[in-house]
Amino acid sequence: MIQQLVIYPLVVQMLLAIVLMSVWSRIGWQRVISIVGSVINLAVAVWLFTAVWQNGTMSVQAGNWEAPFGITFVADTFAATLVLLTAIAGLAVSSFSAGSVITARLKFGFFPIFHFLLLGLNGAFLTGDIFNLYVWFEIIIITSFVLLTIGGEKAQLEGAVKYFTLNILASIVFLTAIAVLYGLTGSLNMADLAGKVAAVENRTLVQVNALLFLVGFGIKSALFPLYFWLPASYHTPPSAVSAIFGGLLTKVGVYALLRVFTLIFEVDPFLENVLIAVAVLTLFSGAVGAIVQNNIRKIFSYLVICHIGYMVAGLGMMTELAITGAIFYLIHDIMVKTNLFMVSGVIYKIKANHNIRKLGDFYADNPRLSLLFAIPLFSLVGIPPLSGFWPKLSLISEGWTTQNFTVIAAILFASFITLFVIVKLWGEVFWKTGEKLPEVRNFPYFKKLSKVKKTQMLAPIVMLSIVSLYLGFGAGNIQSLAERIAFEILDNQEYIYTVLRK
Amino acid sequence: MEVLLAIIIGTLYAAGIYMILRRSLVKLIIGIILLGNGANLLIFLLGRIAKGSPPIIPANSKTFLEAYSDPLPQALILTAIVISFGLQSFAIVLVKRAHKVVKTDDLDEMNATDEYS
Repeated sequence: MIQQLVIYPLVVQMLLAIVLMSVWSRIGWQRVISIVGSVINLAVAVWLFTAVWQNGTMSVQAGNWEAPFGITFVADTFAATLVLLTAIAGLAVSSFSAGSVITARLKFGFFPIFHFLLLGLNGAFLTGDIFNLYVWFEIIIITSFVLLTIGGEKAQLEGAVKYFTLNILASIVFLTAIAVLYGLTGSLNMADLAGKVAAVENRTLVQVNALLFLVGFGIKSALFPLYFWLPASYHTPPSAVSAIFGGLLTKVGVYALLRVFTLIFEVDPFLENVLIAVAVLTLFSGAVGAIVQNNIRKIFSYLVICHIGYMVAGLGMMTELAITGAIFYLIHDIMVKTNLFMVSGVIYKIKANHNIRKLGDFYADNPRLSLLFAIPLFSLVGIPPLSGFWPKLSLISEGWTTQNFTVIAAILFASFITLFVIVKLWGEVFWKTGEKLPEVRNFPYFKKLSKVKKTQMLAPIVMLSIVSLYLGFGAGNIQSLAERIAFEILDNQEYIYTVLRK
Repeated sequence: MEVLLAIIIGTLYAAGIYMILRRSLVKLIIGIILLGNGANLLIFLLGRIAKGSPPIIPANSKTFLEAYSDPLPQALILTAIVISFGLQSFAIVLVKRAHKVVKTDDLDEMNATDEYS
């Protein structure tokens, strides 16, 4: 069996970015290379996933330095699943950007930067070294800064200042946490740290350190009260960028939280309470934020925040079924949020407006598109048997067994508000008789676009909707995948053995 | 030495956070730079400082004879410095553009994206 398979997703993305840089000014070529490359990346990700699914956790040591001295890359089921989801979302957004982002913006190196972002995401999922994780996080944030600011509109720059400040602060907190962790244990390898942190005598310092990690990752995953950068910035860049941000960036923070708090730190009752309190407040404030907004993308931004709460609630309860629910939700959320921001992009291209009060008539004008858009919208709410329903079922039943009634209340409240918001959106945008919107001059309306571009924009939405439907109707398979991941990350013996060989 | 470094690091963190909390864009960047340097020095300090003892095993021995200074934190700091250098240069350009477009350097006036519409 080839262990090097673990780093192939990184190699593919990096080569792709380099090839794209060499055709910097030929946008037509870049569109084709990006889509074809994303298909290849998807194939590699499927390969990695099947290999991990059949043979268990795989690891590779950079430069053949024995662990824990070198940098390790590990693909367990969790990492492989997320790499697969990144590849699916990456392909969708690559095609969507080729169709929807205007050429003037693509000229500033949109596609190379986009693939560097995907490289960073894959790296963050696959690395088994905490300092290396920091480096991948930096790659993610620097590329996301560029994607956020390409175009240089006033709103983009204002949003970017806030996004930038808080994300860089998160990195510094994360770096501080790594420094303290290294001072305590003298190791950076996550599998090695698992044993060493447990053996540290100064428990107070370990607890403070765990909280530093929580704050660092909490800013990145937009937890209450650290989320204010998200609604200030996610609605400013082109929809394609919002799609990849909304789908994947906050989820990397959640991934890191799940990884660090199952592998390195033991979650003690205090930390459990902190996580649950934060999750409940995130669910509450995100939901309330979503009610009052009128801009479609701002509504979705607040829903991104709100739904992070489900995953953190699962982590906070810390039982196998709760983690299963959190991971199922993570899988569902990546697909649906990416899709929703693309949907908002198509609506914007058709109507040239984002305000739900002004929009209307969408169903009368585009009945087939509306039915397509209904799939992600109602998957998000989780009307059974669509995909959002099943993870909530696990979370609520686990909340019942562990007597966390506040969590159940918050989950039901957030689900109800999500339903309310989506129904309101459906009524306002799709069914209402809207006012006549003035024609915007020089705006690339959807109907004016070529057939190729229309396909490039709609095909990814169809693709992700099919994936969402599969997540709902094939929930049994996804549930057993999530169960396997939950088992693996809670009982981390296989991970540690694969890395350290002892 | 440790005490001195600890005081310096504390001052850097405190000054950095104070500067970030100011409203001016330029002070924001200075704050970020100070915080970044504080974090780098913290890694250096927590790697255990041993003066004048490089991590080299003498020829006639198989293990280290005395406490040695750990080279790994220095490699980490180097990486962190390079990364923060890149980020800071981006920040300076971003702030310059933002100042030009929004025509203010007061963060309280940069509220167009948060406004209810």
